Amino acid sequence: MGVDRRDFLKIAGISVALGVGGGVGFQLLRPGHLDAAQEGPNPRALKGQRWGMAIDMKKFTPATARAAIEACHYYHNVPLIPTKQNVKWIWLAPYANVFPETDNPQAGEYASLQYITMCNHCNNPPCVRVCPTKATFQRADGVVMMDFHRCIGCRFCMAGCPYGSRSFNFQDPRPFIKKESPNFPTRSRGVVEKCNFCAERLAVGELPYCAEASGGAMVFGDVDNAGSELRKMLRGRYSIRRKPNLGTDPQVYYLV
Amino acid sequence: MLEKALSGSKLYWAWLIALVVVIAAGFGSYLVQYNKGLVITGMSRDVSWGFYIAQFTFLVGVAASAVMLVLPYYLHHYKTFGRITILGEFLAIASVIMCILFITVDLGKPTRILNVMLHPTPNSVLFWDMVVLNGYLIINLVAGWVTLEAERKQVAPPGWIKPIIYLSIPWAVSIHTVTAFLYAGLPGRGYWLTAIMAPRFLASAFAAGPAVLILLGYLVKKLTRFDAGKEAFETLAKIVTYAIILHIFFFLLEVFTVGYSAIPSHMTHLEYLYFGYHGYSMLVPWVWTALASGVVAIILLVNPRTRQNPAVLGVACVLVFVCTWIDKGMGMIAGGFVPNPLHEITEYAPTGLELMITFGVYATGLLILTILYKVAIGVKQEEEAL
Repeated sequence: MGVDRRDFLKIAGISVALGVGGGVGFQLLRPGHLDAAQEGPNPRALKGQRWGMAIDMKKFTPATARAAIEACHYYHNVPLIPTKQNVKWIWLAPYANVFPETDNPQAGEYASLQYITMCNHCNNPPCVRVCPTKATFQRADGVVMMDFHRCIGCRFCMAGCPYGSRSFNFQDPRPFIKKESPNFPTRSRGVVEKCNFCAERLAVGELPYCAEASGGAMVFGDVDNAGSELRKMLRGRYSIRRKPNLGTDPQVYYLV
Repeated sequence: MLEKALSGSKLYWAWLIALVVVIAAGFGSYLVQYNKGLVITGMSRDVSWGFYIAQFTFLVGVAASAVMLVLPYYLHHYKTFGRITILGEFLAIASVIMCILFITVDLGKPTRILNVMLHPTPNSVLFWDMVVLNGYLIINLVAGWVTLEAERKQVAPPGWIKPIIYLSIPWAVSIHTVTAFLYAGLPGRGYWLTAIMAPRFLASAFAAGPAVLILLGYLVKKLTRFDAGKEAFETLAKIVTYAIILHIFFFLLEVFTVGYSAIPSHMTHLEYLYFGYHGYSMLVPWVWTALASGVVAIILLVNPRTRQNPAVLGVACVLVFVCTWIDKGMGMIAGGFVPNPLHEITEYAPTGLELMITFGVYATGLLILTILYKVAIGVKQEEEAL
């Protein structure tokens, strides 16, 4: 078929006029509607000075742990890899492992419990300090986050974390995800990952999955807000943190 | 000058071809790793750095040791080293290139390596390691090449090269100090959290590097009849002697501080390495071999009569190499990760593919070293023939 220059210019001209005109018309009828990219943050987003988590060991049961771990790992597409090159964001470990060097044979029942462990979202995070590309960074609200697209996979952060909270994707994780959740991106091989305090949930006004699934045993809140539920709990009960002597100022508190 | 590398004996070409074969095998293995990921290595969630980073650490030391020739020769006008300083500088070049390759093959996302420059992060020691390693490579390339070229033309080296040579002295110290800081600044790793890490690294470097140079000197003498001179070997041997004694001494300082204070997070690593921990003892025979090699080397080196015997000196240098290589190339990295921050134990051993990639990188370094030494010795012998 032949489209000569004249026809081509005609079609092109009409298309441009329609395109521009269409846009203008849309702007007149529904002003601002096309500027989705310029929308402000979700008004329902949770705002905090410094997010933290309290784990109430009186309410905490193995069933709570299972529910929390399952919810987190499902929604975040954490692969289930049955080798020593595994990935985990949140898991259970005995007291002696979660709180090494604080052994106390006379400690009673709390020393025989399993403790849930995850990223502590340290106020002074060594992983952020050592990252050579700022792929791991700290937000103003204290959440320690990762940019999976900037990470070069040097694993300096894994050496830097004193809590063993970080995992590396030694291989493509996707074949190890039983059911893919559409809520969170899957990762590619070669990058590090960890708990992100459900930043994607906070942004739409929801609590972290583990807190939601824990039936009140895990309480998420603003550590810097004296009126928060979290602060009330921390005032009323004795709490311990992991390796506080390292100066990392971890923001996960265990109420015992 | 490079044309000197283009003509050589049958043995020379056979050696180059053998190296290329190993490089090809290593590159093939790397392609497997590139496509599948670091899953093909023996590393794990608990031992997240392994053989690659350990070799990198060891070779930074070999690279830094060039300063043991440059400093006496240029600062103290110690003429005896005039014939071999270039060999030290060229060994540094080959070593730094291997270091950079080992870091590259260790990355999960090697295609993103330039992010380190695209998003410079001065609070990361790795950023500074990138700066000092690349800087050291350039300094030695320029200093080595310019002085060798001047020598070939029978003229004095240009004046501007002097400050660069002087700069290479503190810079050599910096590469191993910054590399030690990679480990020594991490709050949760008791084995590495020690101010003596950088001195320990430097001491073992100044033992290993000159020991390698003595052995290379023997080899060069045998193959090309280029003789560094009896006195040069003897001075290098003295440097090795002092450095290996310091290496063992610093280790004992560490053992005292850790053992007497008895803080578990520091002590468990030494326990794991030297006695085994909760039944895990993979590295025990290795670290004792290292210690025994070091002690025997000291006995052979301290006694002037054995030290001045070239054959015994050769044996001592091999022992020094074994001692320092096991210390950094095997124990230092894996020992720091076992037990992990939760006091759990996962042991580490490299896989076959991981070893092939390691051999490939070493072969690349040897290829570069061979070509550079061919050029340097060619120039030296041409000049002497005149």
